[in-house]
Parts: sequence; C-alpha cells; structure tokens
Amino acid sequence: MEIVVLLKQVPATESNIGIGDDGVSAKTDNVKWIISPYDEFAVEEAIRIKEKQGGSVTILSAGAEKAADAIRTALAMGADKGVLITDPAIQSCDGLGIAKILAGALKSMSYDLIIAGQRAVDDDNYLVGTAVAEFLNIPSISFVVKQEIADKKIRCQRTVEGGTVTVESPLPILFTTQRGLNEPRYASMQGIMKAKKKPIDKKSLKDIGMADAGKPLTKIIRLTFPPQRKAGQIIDGESAQAKAAALVKALHEQAKVI
Amino acid sequence: MTVLAIAEQSQGGFRKVTYEALSQGRVIADHLGCDLVALVLGAGVKEIASELAKYGADKILVADAPELAEYLIDSYTNVMTDIIGKVCPGVVVMGASTRGKDISARLAARLNAALVMDCVSARFDGQNLIATRPMYGGKIYADVMPEGNLKILALRPNSAPMVQSPKAGAVESVPVNLGKTCVTFIEKTMDAAKTELTEADVIVSGGAGMGSANFGILEELAALLNGAVGASRSAVDQGFRPHSDQVGQTGKVVSPNLYIACGISGAIQHLAGMSSSKVIVAINKDPEAAIFSKADYGVVGDVFELVPAITAEVRKIRG
Repeated sequence: MEIVVLLKQVPATESNIGIGDDGVSAKTDNVKWIISPYDEFAVEEAIRIKEKQGGSVTILSAGAEKAADAIRTALAMGADKGVLITDPAIQSCDGLGIAKILAGALKSMSYDLIIAGQRAVDDDNYLVGTAVAEFLNIPSISFVVKQEIADKKIRCQRTVEGGTVTVESPLPILFTTQRGLNEPRYASMQGIMKAKKKPIDKKSLKDIGMADAGKPLTKIIRLTFPPQRKAGQIIDGESAQAKAAALVKALHEQAKVI
Repeated sequence: MTVLAIAEQSQGGFRKVTYEALSQGRVIADHLGCDLVALVLGAGVKEIASELAKYGADKILVADAPELAEYLIDSYTNVMTDIIGKVCPGVVVMGASTRGKDISARLAARLNAALVMDCVSARFDGQNLIATRPMYGGKIYADVMPEGNLKILALRPNSAPMVQSPKAGAVESVPVNLGKTCVTFIEKTMDAAKTELTEADVIVSGGAGMGSANFGILEELAALLNGAVGASRSAVDQGFRPHSDQVGQTGKVVSPNLYIACGISGAIQHLAGMSSSKVIVAINKDPEAAIFSKADYGVVGDVFELVPAITAEVRKIRG
C-alpha cells in the first residue's frame, strides 16, 4: 500500500494571531509551528495502515522552507519520506491553487491512498484535500472517523450532522480526517534519530512541471479582529438559588434569549 | 445572470441552513437584479420543494431520482455540475454543512470557481461581492473577494438570517444525469434526538471538571432549552463526551444565541470556537477564569449547585 499524506505546517493553536502591516496577511512572528492537528491524524492513520499491510508513507507538503520541520516530525512518527514543494510563487496561492500544486506533484508519484486533514487550522478552508482528489480524478470521502481496507476497497465511516454514514469505494481514493479517527503517537527518541536520515525531497514548481502557480480566484482584501467581547456583569446572590434566579431573569428579560 | 441556491434536505425536510442560504441568495439576486433559482437533489423531494418559494426562490429545480436518496459525493457533484452548466449562475450559495463543505470543494475544483468556504456574511462593495469568513478558528476574520465567472459561497450554519420573502417559485423537474460514480452507500446511524451543535440555538457546554456522570445536569438544562450539549477539549480528551461534541479551534466553531459555559476555564482555542455566540454565560468556581472576560453574564460558584438551580428557574418561567 503506497500512502501519501498531505500535510500543512500551521501556527500552534495556543498562538495569538495578529494582523500584518499590509492588513491582509496574518502576523505569525514568534509563534510555534506545528503539524496541523487534522493532518497529524492523517499521518498516524497512514502509519497504522502501513504497519498492518506493509508499503510506504510519503509526506507531501507545499509551503515555506521551514515546513521541512513539520515533515521531519512526521518522519519521526514513522513516515518514510517527504516531498516539499517550495517556491516563492506559492505564497500568493489560494486554496484551489495549493490543491493544483499538490495534485501536480502527485501526478508523478505512485499512490493507492491519499490521506489529508479535513482542514488546516490556520485558514480553515476545508477545501484542499477534496479539491486534490477532483484534480486527480479520484473519489474522495471527507470527515472520516473509521476506515477499513480490504480487497482494494476502502470502507469509511464519516460524520454528518447528527450521526455517521458508512460508504465504500474502490482504491485509489483520498479521504480526509475527522477527530476521533485515532490518537496520534509521539515520536520516540529512536524515531527522531531515524528521521534525520530519511529523505526530504525539495522541489520547485518547475521541478513538478508547472510553469507558475496560476492566478488566485479568491483574494483576501482585509483582515480584521472579531468584535472584542468585554466582560459583562457578574451575577451575585446569597445562594446558588438566588444567583440562578437572577441569571435566568436577566436572560429572559434583558438578553431575551430564553 | 442567475443566483443558484442549493437546498439541503434531510429526513424529509430542509435543513435550517437551506433557508439561510436562500435568504442570502435572495439579497445577492436583488442586488444583481436577477432571479434566484433553488435546486433540490434527492428522492421523493418534489412534494416539499415548493416550501423554498417562501424564502425567495423565483424558480425551483428538482433533481429527483432514487439514486439521490443518500448524499454521495460523486453522484451529487455530477448532477450539480450538469445543472450548473445549464443554469449558468454567476453565484452559487449553499450551506457550509458537512455536505456543503464536501461538495463545494469538488465543484470549485471541477468548475474552476472561486469558493469562499464557511463564510458568515456577504455584501457588495460596488460591483464586487465580498464575503467575510473566520480564520484561525475565529481569531481573525478575512474579507474575501471571489473573482471570475462563477463564485460559490458556502455559508456557515447559524450565521446568516432567515428572511421570508415569498416568490412564485414554480417547481420544475430536471433530468438527472448521474455520471460515473465510485462511492457507494452502505449504512447510516442517526441520533434523531440529538441537536447538531453547529445548528443549535442554545449550547450548554461542560469542561473537564464536570466528570463523566455529571454531564447529565447539562443535558437536562440543554433539553429544556431545546439546545445541544458541547464540551471543552479536556472533557473530550478525558472521555466524558464524544469527539463530535468538542467546541473550539480544533473542534466545532459555534455561534448559538446562547452559550452557557459550565466549569470551562477558557483556553484560547475554546474561546476562539465560541466567541461569536450572541450571548455567553460563564459559570465557574474560579473568579479568575479567563472565560469570564468573554462572558456577558458570569456566575461564580459551584456548577453542581448552580446548574440544577438554573434548570429549576427556567422551568418556572416556562410554566
């Protein structure tokens, strides 16, 4: 089983995100960079499948040079090799542009299965994985919490509003991860040592046969902070019951939400 | 020029986000001075289709086939692509539900369309359509301008208002071309009693301090308010609640009318995921808890005493 995992390096979720001087880019100085949590589920699932069925796990990412660190972490978890598409032109890409680049790289790679995070927790776009599948003309299944592969077919349980749906498809396929799929392992000291010797192949757009990154179809014209909430009133009272009564009265008569 | 709104039906009715998408579509169509066409896919959906006229559909297209009974990405994408090719809309609006997120990504890639995913509002700046969407789990908001001949807006549930504006809404059946399909339906398990977090008007959420057994008091209050129960990441990590209940940057981002945080300290990831709620109540025994800085109403005290007392008070006003 040849498995490719699509991975994005993102600011750690505990980071405060600022707005850059240009007003359209996020300020991410001094943040800690991590593997996007949903991509981490993808890495873990790929390694588990490999451990059971054999094969190899390749990590594919498009981004800045420093994304190699995130790939290295995935290699330390147990993936075999990495491919990083890095090119100044990538910076101006929207989600669809990134998907085109990843699909372009995948065209010269072999895969039975591609696993991607449902979204990256920076731009929250929910787009790239599924769009890559479309560009490769293979099926996709999103928000997967459980999968089973047998006889060149995959059966996936995916979450939907209020429940789960199980679907099946022949391989090759791309699926995206949902929380609950697995509990990602920590890289062991031995894994970290081994990862130092594993290859990360850095490629430019030209190397994957793309002349440029194309024109983005969506453009961020302004970033703003959400309306800042201020601390409201503290409901006081002699007893729990008195506080509860005052709160419910406020919610009913003042805020009118119950 | 036409605006196309995709309706999402489930269990014999339309999801609330359908009416939100239609209402948003109506605003865009009015600005452009064009028709709003609604599209419904499913099996046996013709009877309910006329319902869409109430929210501003000038025309309602129904793709009805037994094979469309269950949502499957490739058949639905194929049928929608076919119909979009015939209708030639300039803007497509749909809900960013699980289904909407899935299919809008496919459609954008197939049709080379500008997709604004999970946006919370849309407006015009002169000729330019601009949609606002949260990023970083809601820590910042981006105004995004989609360009090109086809723009797709996937609207976050519970964000855009539902506005009734009755139109003629003639229902028309369209031919269904399923095309090549790979994904097949096996089974589904639905919890009909459970209110979906992202669509709930009220969420009663609990933290790690609740303990597994004690979520019952939150469930009781949530049920009384016709709401849903949410949880912090640590409550989920400790196995008190299923993953699908997690609110926060790496879980679900929610914006109910009322969010009641019980025993939740307020980690930045959790705050990002619920700060767009209209009214926030925080209940915590630690007066220094970060959650109080975001709450409209704070109550310092023991959750196990306060929540049952609140439930009793709500019962009183509900008679």
